[in-house]
Amino acid sequence: MTAAPGPAGDGPPPVVRLDRVGLSYGRTRALDKVTLDIPAGVMVGLIGPDGVGKSSLLSLIAGAHVVREGRVEVLGGDIADPDHRRRTCPRIAYMPQGLGKNLYPTLSVSENVDFFARLFGQGRQERRRRIDTLLRATGLDPFPDRPAGKLSGGMKQKLGLVCALIHDPDLLILDEPTTGVDPLSRRQFWQLIDDIRQERPSMSVIVATAYMEEAQGFDWLIAMDGGRVLATGSPAELLERTGAPTLDAAFIALLPDDKRQGHSAVVIPPRATDADGDFAIEAEHLTMRFGDFTAVDDVSFRIPRGEIFGFLGSNGCGKTTTMKMLTGLLAATEGTARLFGRPVDADDIEVRRRVGYMSQAFSLYSELTVRQNLDLHARLFRLPAERIAGRIAEMARRFDLGDVLDALPDGLPLGIRQRLSLAVAMIHEPDMLILDEPTSGVDPVARDAFWQILSDLSRRDGVTIFVSTHFMNEAELCDRISLMHAGKVLVSDTPAAIVARRSAGSLEEAFIAYLEDAIGENAATAAPAAAPPQPVKEASKAGRPSAPRRLFDLRRMFAYTRRESLELRRDPIRATLAVLGSVLLMFVIGYGINMDVENLSFAALDRDDTTLSRDYVQQIAGSRYFVEKAPITGYDDLDRRMRDGEISLAIEIPPGFGRDVARGHATVEIGAWIDGAMPTRAETVLGYVQGMHQSWLTQKARERYGDAAVAGDFQIAVRYRYNPGIESLVAMVPAVIPLLLMMIPAMLAVLSVVREKELGSIINFYTTPVTRFEFLVGKQLPYLGLAMLNFFMLVALAVFVFGVPLTGSLAALTAAALLYVFAATALGLLLSTFMSSQIAAIFGTALLTLIPAVQYSGIIDPVASLQGAGAVIGRIYPTTYFVTIARGTFSKALGFPDLAGAFLPLVAAGPILLGLGALFLRKQAS
Amino acid sequence: MRMANVLQLGIKELRGLARDPMLLVLIVYAFTLSVYTASTAMPETLSRATIAIVDEDQSPVSSRIVSAFYPPYFALPELISPYEMDRRMDAGTDTFALDIPPDFQRDLLAGRSPAIQLNVDATRMSQAFTGSGYVQSIVSGEIGEFLDRYRGTSAPPVDLALRARFNQSLDKGWFGAVTNVISSITMLSIVLTGAALIREREHGTIEHLLVMPITPTEIMLGKVWSMGLVVLLASSVALVFVVQGVLKVEINGSMALFLAGAALQLFATTSMGIFLATVAGSMPQFGLLLMLVLLPLQVLSGGLTPRESMPQILQDVMLAAPNTHFVILAQSVLFRGAGLDVVWPQFLALIAIGVALFYLALGRFRAFLR
Repeated sequence: MTAAPGPAGDGPPPVVRLDRVGLSYGRTRALDKVTLDIPAGVMVGLIGPDGVGKSSLLSLIAGAHVVREGRVEVLGGDIADPDHRRRTCPRIAYMPQGLGKNLYPTLSVSENVDFFARLFGQGRQERRRRIDTLLRATGLDPFPDRPAGKLSGGMKQKLGLVCALIHDPDLLILDEPTTGVDPLSRRQFWQLIDDIRQERPSMSVIVATAYMEEAQGFDWLIAMDGGRVLATGSPAELLERTGAPTLDAAFIALLPDDKRQGHSAVVIPPRATDADGDFAIEAEHLTMRFGDFTAVDDVSFRIPRGEIFGFLGSNGCGKTTTMKMLTGLLAATEGTARLFGRPVDADDIEVRRRVGYMSQAFSLYSELTVRQNLDLHARLFRLPAERIAGRIAEMARRFDLGDVLDALPDGLPLGIRQRLSLAVAMIHEPDMLILDEPTSGVDPVARDAFWQILSDLSRRDGVTIFVSTHFMNEAELCDRISLMHAGKVLVSDTPAAIVARRSAGSLEEAFIAYLEDAIGENAATAAPAAAPPQPVKEASKAGRPSAPRRLFDLRRMFAYTRRESLELRRDPIRATLAVLGSVLLMFVIGYGINMDVENLSFAALDRDDTTLSRDYVQQIAGSRYFVEKAPITGYDDLDRRMRDGEISLAIEIPPGFGRDVARGHATVEIGAWIDGAMPTRAETVLGYVQGMHQSWLTQKARERYGDAAVAGDFQIAVRYRYNPGIESLVAMVPAVIPLLLMMIPAMLAVLSVVREKELGSIINFYTTPVTRFEFLVGKQLPYLGLAMLNFFMLVALAVFVFGVPLTGSLAALTAAALLYVFAATALGLLLSTFMSSQIAAIFGTALLTLIPAVQYSGIIDPVASLQGAGAVIGRIYPTTYFVTIARGTFSKALGFPDLAGAFLPLVAAGPILLGLGALFLRKQAS
Repeated sequence: MRMANVLQLGIKELRGLARDPMLLVLIVYAFTLSVYTASTAMPETLSRATIAIVDEDQSPVSSRIVSAFYPPYFALPELISPYEMDRRMDAGTDTFALDIPPDFQRDLLAGRSPAIQLNVDATRMSQAFTGSGYVQSIVSGEIGEFLDRYRGTSAPPVDLALRARFNQSLDKGWFGAVTNVISSITMLSIVLTGAALIREREHGTIEHLLVMPITPTEIMLGKVWSMGLVVLLASSVALVFVVQGVLKVEINGSMALFLAGAALQLFATTSMGIFLATVAGSMPQFGLLLMLVLLPLQVLSGGLTPRESMPQILQDVMLAAPNTHFVILAQSVLFRGAGLDVVWPQFLALIAIGVALFYLALGRFRAFLR
C-alpha cells in the first residue's frame, strides 16, 4: 500500500472533518466530543473494542443518522445541511454492518446490483457495463441469478461491496465488512479493494474492523474507546508510540488501565487424555441433502468428552448444517449422530438440557432486555429459582455485560450482542457447547476473555466444546480441528499436525492451501481477483453517474417499483391471495349480507283459541317472513324461549278475543313481544307485524261490511327505484367492490416500508439519492397495478356471475377505481411510515380499514344518517365516495357529470395521504 | 409438558408486547375509542333519513303532510320541483321523494281515491325497507286525521300492543358497542399470536427455542394464554368502562359468564392465529390471509346482519367458525340475561372448535418448526 501521509495538514484537505461530535442512545453515550480530521485518498482503519462508537461514527459520516451534536463535514460540506447531503450522497458509498443487511434476499445477485445502479440514476448501457465489470471482478459472475439470501457470508459481503461501488464513490465506508467471512474470501475481498484503489487513487476508504492483522495493512488508523479517540496515526506510528510488537498488543496498551486489567494472552493447558474413551459427540456418515443439493456429504467424527474441537471452512461449506444436525434442528438425510451416547432425537428434552447452542445469526429476543433474556433462558433450562440471580450476575461479569443489563439488544453493537448470545448459551452450565462462529465481530480483548472461559470449562469442568470459527488464532487454541469444504471434511487433526503436514508457515496458509487444492486450481479463485483493473478503469472513465440531480427522478422511482414487483413476483402466493381472495370474499359477502329479513321464528300464546284467533295467528304464520314454532304454553315458557333466542316474536291473544271482536264495543288488545337484542332485526319485525295487523283488520272489515267500507280514500304508490326487486345482491355487490379494494391494496402496501425498517434494508433509502416521493410512489405502483387487475376481475364477476347489470359509465367507474386504489395504497404507505413493527402495521391496517369501510362508509347505513365521530369519519373516508360512484354507475345509470361531487374528494384523497406519508417518512435514522 | 415453561414463555410474550408502543396504542384505541365511535355513530334504523317532497297540490292536507316529517327520524324535508326529483335521487341526495299530485285534496274529499307517489332509493337497503313503512304510516295518519274531521270516527276494534324486550327503545348503540368489542376480540387475538409467530421465525428466535428443553405444545400454550389474557383484559375494560360506564348500556346478564365465553373464544381464535401463521410463509402473506379470514368472520357470524337471512349453506358453514357461537352467546348473555342453562350449547361448541383448532394448529406448528 501507499506510504502513509501524516495526519491532516500537508496533502489534500481531509475528506471528513469532525468537530465535537456526540451521540447518545438513551442514557448510553455512544460518541463523546469527537474531534478528528480524516485524511483523503487513503485507507483509514477504525479499530476499537465493541460498543465504543465505531458504527455510530460511520453512520453519521455516511449521513444515515441524524447529527445531533457537533459538526460533521464530509467532502467539504456540512452533512447536516440537506442540500449538501443531497449533492454529496451520490459520492458516498456505505456498507452497513451485518452480513448482507442492505441486500434483498429474494432478489438475485444481478437484480440487487441493478437496483442500486438504478437508484443512482444510471442508464441501461451504463448499468450493464458496470454490473458486468464488477461481478467479474468479484468472481460473482458465475451466479448472477442466485438469490442473495442463498449466498454464503463471504459472497454476500462481496455483493454488498459491488452494490456500494456501483456508482464510483469518492468515499467508501465499510463497517466490519469481513466479519464472519472465511480467510480465503477475506483475502480476496481486500485484494479487490486494493485493485479498485489502484484504479481510483483519489478514493478514500474508511473501514471499521475487528481483525488487527487487516488493520496492519491500512494507511492510517483511528483507535477508539468509550466514544472517544485514543490515538491516530499509521500502524507503524502506533507500534512505535506504544512500544508493542504487534498491533493487537499495541491496541491493548492504548486502552485505559481498568479495561486492560485482567487481560492476558490465552494459554490453554494441555488436555489430560482420558483412558476411558468416552465420546460426547459421535457423527457417523452424516449427510444432508436439500433437494439435489448436498450440503453435508458423509461426514464422520468423534469428539471425546472435554475436548475443544474446532470446525473451520469457507462460508457455506456445511458447518452450520452439521451443527444443526447435531442439535436436532435438522434431521439428517443419512447417517447417525449421537450425543452422550444417545442418538440425536429432536424430542429428547433431557439431552437438550445438557447442550448449549449458539447459532450464527443473532437469535435472541430483541424485545427483551439483556437481563430478561438471560432470565428467560435460565428459567426455561430449569435452573433452580434461587440460583438464577447469582448465575445472571456471574454471566454479566464474565462477559462484561454489567453496563448493558437493562438495555435492549437491538441498540447494542454486534460484538456485545454476540457476547450476550454466548452468555445465554452457557447460562445453564451445559455439559456440551455447540457454538457457531461465536466470536464473529467480537473485539480481540473480549475474544481472549471468552477463550479463557472456554479453556476453564473444558479443562476444569470437562465440558465438551464444538466450535466453528474464522479466526486462525482461535483455531490454534483448539485441541483438534476439522477443515471442511463443500460439505466434506478435508482434514481432521491437531493444528500443529496440520501445519506440519502442509509444511506451511502458519495455520492460515495451510488452510488456504487445503482449500485451493479442494477447489481444484488456484486460477479459479486468483484469476478473477487479478483481472479487474482493466474493466474497472473503463468503468471509471465513464465518470460521475450520468443522472442530473433532480427532485423527482423517474429512474430512481422505477428502481423501487421494479424491486417491489420482483418481490411480489417471487412470492406468487401473495399475488394469488390478493386476487383470488378478493373474488372469494365477494362471493361470501355478496350472498351473506342480506337486508331482507326472512324466516324469523315466532310463536303464539293463544288464550282464546277460537276460529278468529287462529285466523290471526295463521295470517302471520302464512307470510314468508315468519316461521311458526310450537305454541307457547304460558308466560314462563314465553320468557324462557325469548331468552334462548329461540323465537324473535311472540304474539299473545287475550281470552275472549273472538267474542269481544264480534261484539265490537270494547277495544281488544293483542300483545306482541319482539326480541330487541338485535335492533335492526327488531325494527324490521316491528314493521312486518304492524303491516300484517293492519291488513288483517282491513280484511276483516271488508268481510263484515263489504268493500264500500274501506274503499280507498287514497293510495300510496311506492316505487323502489334502481333496484325494483329490492334484492340485496344488487344493492350489496357494488358496495362490496369498494370494501375489498380498500382492504386488500392497503394490506399489500402497508408492509412495504415497515418491513424494510424491521429487516434493515431501509438503510438504502437513507444513504442513496432517492427522495421520499420517489421511494413511496415507486413502492406504490406495483400494488396499484395489482389492485386495478383486482378491480376488473371484481367488476366482471359482478356483471357476469352475479348478474348485476352495469347500467352507467364503465369509464367513470374505472377512473374512480384508479383514484380510489391510489388512495387505498397511499393509506397503507402512510400507516407504514409511522408503524414500528410489522405486527402493529397489520393490526392497524385491519382496524383502520375494516371498521370504517364496513360501518361508516354508507355500505349498510347511509353516511347522512350517521352521528358523532362516525359521521365525521364517514365524510372523510374515501370509501364513502367510491361507494356512491359504484352504486351510481352500477344501479343508477350515471356517468361523469352526475358524479362530479363524489369525484372531487377521491381526487384529493390520494395525494393528501401520500403527502402525509412523505411528511412522516424520515430520510435518516434518528 | 411443564407449566413453568408455559408461564415463562407467556411472560416473554407479554414483555415483548410492552415494547411496542404503537401496538399498545392501537389496542387501546380498538377497545375504547373505536367501540365508542361505533356505538354513537349507529343510527336508529331510521335516523335523519333524507326526504324531499314535491308539493303540487299546495292544499291544507299537503302542508299537513309536509310538516309531519321532522327529526330525529327524518331530516327536515326539502321542498323541490318535479324536475329536480330525478336528479337529486340520482346524486343520492334524497333517499325518499314524495310526490303529492295537483288537486289531491279535492280528489280525496270527492272520494276519487287519488294516489301519492313515494320514490325510494332501494340501493340504501337498510333505510329503504323500514323507511318506506314509516313514510306510509305517517302519510296515512295525517290524511286519516284530516278526514276524521269530516267524518265520524271508525276506530279499529283491535289494537296491537308492541313491546320490544331486552332493549326497549331498540337503541342500536347498545348493539353496535358490543358487536365492536366482539370483532376487536377476534381481530386482535388472531393478529397478536399469528404475527408474533411469524416475526419469531423471521428473526430466527424460534430456532433458538427449539434447542431448549421445551416442547412445541409449551411454546404454543405460552402464546395462547398470554395473548388471550391481554385481549380478555382489554375486553373487560371495554365492557365495564366504555360500554357500561361511558355509553351507559345496561347489561342484563352475568359479566362473568360472558368473560368465560370470551376466554373460550380466545382459545379458539389464538389457535387460529397460530394456524394461519403456519400456513402463511411470510408477514405479507399473513396480512392478506388475515383479511380473508377476518372479513367473513365479521360479516357472516350474525353480528352485523341476522343469520336467519343468510343462505342456508352459509349458515351451516359458519357453524364451524367460533365467532358464530360467540355472537349468539354474547347476545344471549349480555342482552337477554341468559344463564348457563341457556347458552351451554354455545359453550360446548366453542370448546369443541377451540380444541379442534388447537390440535390442528399444533400439528401444523410442529411441521412448521422442522
